[in-house]
Amino acid sequence: MTDIAPARPSRRRRSSPATDPAAAGAPIRTRALTKRYGDFVAVDVLDLEVRAGEIFGLLGQNGAGKTTTILMLLGLTEPSGGTARVVGLDPARRPLEVKRRVGYLPDAVGFYGNLTGRENLRYTAALNGLGAETEEQISHVLEQVGLVGRADTATDTYSRGMLQRLGIADALLKDPDVLILDEPTTSIDPIGVVEILGLLRSLVRERGMTILLSSHLLGQVQSVCDRVGIFAAGRLIGLGTVPELAARFGDGAAHLEVTIARDDAEAADPDTRAILKSIDGVSAVDWDMPSGSWHVSIRPVEASGSVREALLRAVLERGLRLTSLRVVEPSLDDIYRTAVAGMAVAGTTTEVGQ
Amino acid sequence: MTTDARPVTARLEGRAAGWRIVARKEFSDHVSSARFIVLLLVLGVAAIVPLYFASDAIRSVASQVTDTRNAFLALFLFSPTAVPIPNVFNFVGIVAPLLGVAFAFDAINSERTDGTLPRLLSQPIYRDDVVNGKFTAGLAAISVVLVAVVGVISGFGIVRLGIIPSPDEVIRLLAWVVLTILWVSLWLAFGLLLSVVIRRAATAALVGFGVWLLVAIFGQLIISLVAGVLAPVANAATAQEFVSLSALSATIARLLPLTLYQEASAVLLNPTVTTVSTPTTVGQWQQWQQQAQGQLLSFDQSALLVWPHLVSLVALTAICFAAAYIMFMRQEVRA
Repeated sequence: MTDIAPARPSRRRRSSPATDPAAAGAPIRTRALTKRYGDFVAVDVLDLEVRAGEIFGLLGQNGAGKTTTILMLLGLTEPSGGTARVVGLDPARRPLEVKRRVGYLPDAVGFYGNLTGRENLRYTAALNGLGAETEEQISHVLEQVGLVGRADTATDTYSRGMLQRLGIADALLKDPDVLILDEPTTSIDPIGVVEILGLLRSLVRERGMTILLSSHLLGQVQSVCDRVGIFAAGRLIGLGTVPELAARFGDGAAHLEVTIARDDAEAADPDTRAILKSIDGVSAVDWDMPSGSWHVSIRPVEASGSVREALLRAVLERGLRLTSLRVVEPSLDDIYRTAVAGMAVAGTTTEVGQ
Repeated sequence: MTTDARPVTARLEGRAAGWRIVARKEFSDHVSSARFIVLLLVLGVAAIVPLYFASDAIRSVASQVTDTRNAFLALFLFSPTAVPIPNVFNFVGIVAPLLGVAFAFDAINSERTDGTLPRLLSQPIYRDDVVNGKFTAGLAAISVVLVAVVGVISGFGIVRLGIIPSPDEVIRLLAWVVLTILWVSLWLAFGLLLSVVIRRAATAALVGFGVWLLVAIFGQLIISLVAGVLAPVANAATAQEFVSLSALSATIARLLPLTLYQEASAVLLNPTVTTVSTPTTVGQWQQWQQQAQGQLLSFDQSALLVWPHLVSLVALTAICFAAAYIMFMRQEVRA
């Protein structure tokens, strides 16, 4: 369970992503993709492009339309409008070819409890027409997700996290060009998450795979995604790298967490507050009671470096005992909150937060 | 892409059809399941108990009668007078619906609740491969046991009682097996429909069981009540009236599929049964006349007699299966 084998280059001969015409165009592309259930709009005119060899994160709360989008990409649900192209094919018209080349981990994946992990994978292999290579490929994917030890026990004894690992193995079994993972890390323990994300990275690096993953645990996947799209009420409200989104949806300030130990540590020590406040570029200083530290907001963001320098100098000059200084990274959670709040204010939708 | 496309298409062409892979997996699941053991026990009891009494009865009369025709089929028709159990075909007629529903009531909804359906459908198979494969597997599992049971009864008759079936009897028996498989497939299709429509397997099982009770136990009661009110045959004053009331009564009875199966079974297995009910057509009248002259029906005459029954059963099966099929195709993958 602890180590995960690196992705092995595919035995199948494959052109590199750069020269592959389907990959040169985006492996996943949607144009005005829409899905309505009666009056409810699950996906609202979605334009999305996932580039070859990237990990794209589809982020949003439950019910934001992530799973519906994924089902349309796989041809499992028919769009109400617009088009989708996956590996250059229309999944609504040529679902078999798309499904042959796209590995999919469904949300809340399940397996046949009476069969072992290996037997479950054998069934998938048969459905994909894997012939002589089946057993070798099964062992390989089990190794990749770190399940070799439990592969021959019935899956009804598996924990949720193990099922999810087996689901990833199941999706990898067909040696796909595109991997679509719906909530891949939700039930996996923190160490497991790091392993799985490492595996995804190595798949992209060594195999040139394109990965689309969805999550509502924004912080968990931000380290692995090249780009993310933020979904709310069926619409893409933000798209870009995490720093890009931070710049766009952040509050326009950088944040520092400063802990200063004093013998007479007073909650709102006016002296310390004044010292911090006097530094050029600091816009606000707040005492954070639970952590016993100061929260320093810096505006504009670019001043962060000079403020840190000035802060250290000030600390030395005043003889304060600085015990920690931490840059608070803008997390996707913050971005998400701001973006959704902005949308609600703009009145574009009232369904946010459902 | 050219380097890539070739192995993909080669694989898609080279593999077995999707429904066969699904059917193979489902069949092996069925064979190792508890319900398969129940099926074996139920059909085994259905065969062995009447067989035991039948063989006794046949032995006791065989020495006196040398020219008994159709002694072989008597193994399937014999209903012991000592204990109140129905003969093989009546018993099968009653338990087959239960078995059919038992092998299909959780076909689709359990895939849904276990979360295996989206995974299964994201494999390169058509969506109807799932329904077709599951239907085939259930039918195969029940058919295997049915054929085995018929084989055991026949073998017992041949080896222990020395009754060698005539070609006509073999054909009749095979026709009855086909009829019974059709009867089972109707209920399998109905179970499949339940599994598509009802999201919880337990609810589907209860509904299936309720329908079985209605058909097997209360159905005949209700039908005879309705027929008694609408077509009081006993009150018939003239022969004309008697015939028309009888026809109406028979039609009402045949609204119950079980009647269709039991009438067809009786005719196919027993050449002395020359009518499905009171004759209502000229053809049936003529056959009745033949019987009066002590003639036995040949197989093709018997088959002709129950042809409408067979067509009705096929139609009912097709309706159930088509309903299950269409609803499954239109359902969302997500619950």
